[in-house]
Amino acid sequence: MITGLNTEKIRKNFPLLNVKVNGRQLVYLDNAATSQKPLEVLAALDKYYKEYNSNVHRGVHTLSQQATDAYESARDNVAAFINAKHSHEVIFTRGTTEGINLVSNTFGRSFLKKGDGVLITAMEHHSNIVPWQMICEEREAILKVLPIDNNGVLMLEQLDALLDDRTKIVACTYVSNSLGTVNNIKEIISRAHARNIPVLVDAAQAVQHMPVDVQELGADFLVFSGHKLYGPTGIGVLYGKEEWLNMLPPWQGGGDMIKTVSFEKTVYNELPYKFEAGTPDVSGAVGLSAAIDYVRNIGIKNIQQAEHELIAYALDKLSAIEGITFVGKAVDRAGAISFLMDGLHPFDVGELLDKQGIAVRTGHHCTQPVMDFFGIPGTVRASFALYNTKEEVDLLAAGVQKAVAMLS
Amino acid sequence: MSIHEQQEEIIEEFGLFSDWMDKYEYIIQLGKELPLIEERFKTEENLIKGCQSRVWLHAEHKDGKVWFTADSDAIITKGLISMVIKVLSQHTPREIVDADLYFVNAIGLNSHLSPTRSNGLLSMLQQIKSFALAFHLQQINNAKS
Repeated sequence: MITGLNTEKIRKNFPLLNVKVNGRQLVYLDNAATSQKPLEVLAALDKYYKEYNSNVHRGVHTLSQQATDAYESARDNVAAFINAKHSHEVIFTRGTTEGINLVSNTFGRSFLKKGDGVLITAMEHHSNIVPWQMICEEREAILKVLPIDNNGVLMLEQLDALLDDRTKIVACTYVSNSLGTVNNIKEIISRAHARNIPVLVDAAQAVQHMPVDVQELGADFLVFSGHKLYGPTGIGVLYGKEEWLNMLPPWQGGGDMIKTVSFEKTVYNELPYKFEAGTPDVSGAVGLSAAIDYVRNIGIKNIQQAEHELIAYALDKLSAIEGITFVGKAVDRAGAISFLMDGLHPFDVGELLDKQGIAVRTGHHCTQPVMDFFGIPGTVRASFALYNTKEEVDLLAAGVQKAVAMLS
Repeated sequence: MSIHEQQEEIIEEFGLFSDWMDKYEYIIQLGKELPLIEERFKTEENLIKGCQSRVWLHAEHKDGKVWFTADSDAIITKGLISMVIKVLSQHTPREIVDADLYFVNAIGLNSHLSPTRSNGLLSMLQQIKSFALAFHLQQINNAKS
């Protein structure tokens, strides 16, 4: 057992962890892709559909009021979780990707002019590259990239030079999904703010591993997904500072985002509804709220500490395997460990791990530029959650050794 | 051996193992028997599209039969292409084009391979068939002229 967390008890809350894969007990180490869901989340979804499923913000009937209350209290819960100043600074989205697209589109159309710059980093997930590339192309703006070093750490000494007068926004991940690097996001925000440049933080790999306080960080925008935080798929969050969200135009048009509509003129609704066109994912919000309650009960700091110990244990255990190379060697890290075995294709290793019941991810992890930087086709990535154990790390290490023996 | 008999043989050999790790051991073993492609044929053109790992396939038509050679940078992939070549190499273009390939499903590989791999396997089979088809059409044209 790991200090601070009763993993034995926790694991009982996650039915899927008992599944057998290829005749073996599942060892689920693909949590950076998506986490499994506790019974509390499944129960919340079940209850919603069995007891008060209804459309929100519309009906006068009781069920609609109940659904609206649940949806809006989910928003309050998210706001409290990330310490947003106001609940209306929380916009529900489909996930991290949609949140970034919302900001890139609305911010881009309002503030990006020909020759302006958008600054991202070399370790971004494709979802924090492509939306900016698209808007830069449309606005004839320039996408600039803060490089990483051989350890997979941002070269912050180059940041100030890139924050020039034409740079209009910075979009940066908090934690790298492929390298496990935790960035000093507070420092990046403070330097950007010194030049009056707003910052969007991709917290998809952060909120499940460490306390995230948007006010303390000073983030202008922050996005994450529910499904990596033990919640359902299809729900995510865009946090935006009130003053920024008020300056941005709506993105999608439709029901719920309007105050009044006539053929001559539509008056848009206020925050947060301005950015939530159409029937939202009410059950998703309810499920996400249950996931946040679940994490809060265990304590995000306890989770952080336990995972930190587990990752240290895994790095130690794996580094004893002959021929292993870690991709990403940051000191400050969370979530994922990426590695390669000498002379072996990551797919081969990953496939033989799968046949031993061990779920890892292999490939470029939607960070092709990172793979290009290291000149590799991809990595094997083991990524951890609060329910993973040292025994599972031992199984991973043994599984890798078995795979290597078979492949050599 | 006919294509049909080759498939039956592979199905039988796979049947000897009940554990998938053993089956993979067998696939890896088959990879070591792969007739390797000559370095000069490892060209961009001979790379099979749709494979995540790199697979080169070369086909030669001689004495009325098609001979395949290949290589890959991934070992399991090498085993898979070796298996496919074992079944389809050294048959006439017509036989290859008409071949009903059922061994992949019969040994349960389709459901056990990761989706990227099974797509890759499909691409390999398509590439082999299209080589054979090209040789077959060439034969018809030669016969006409």
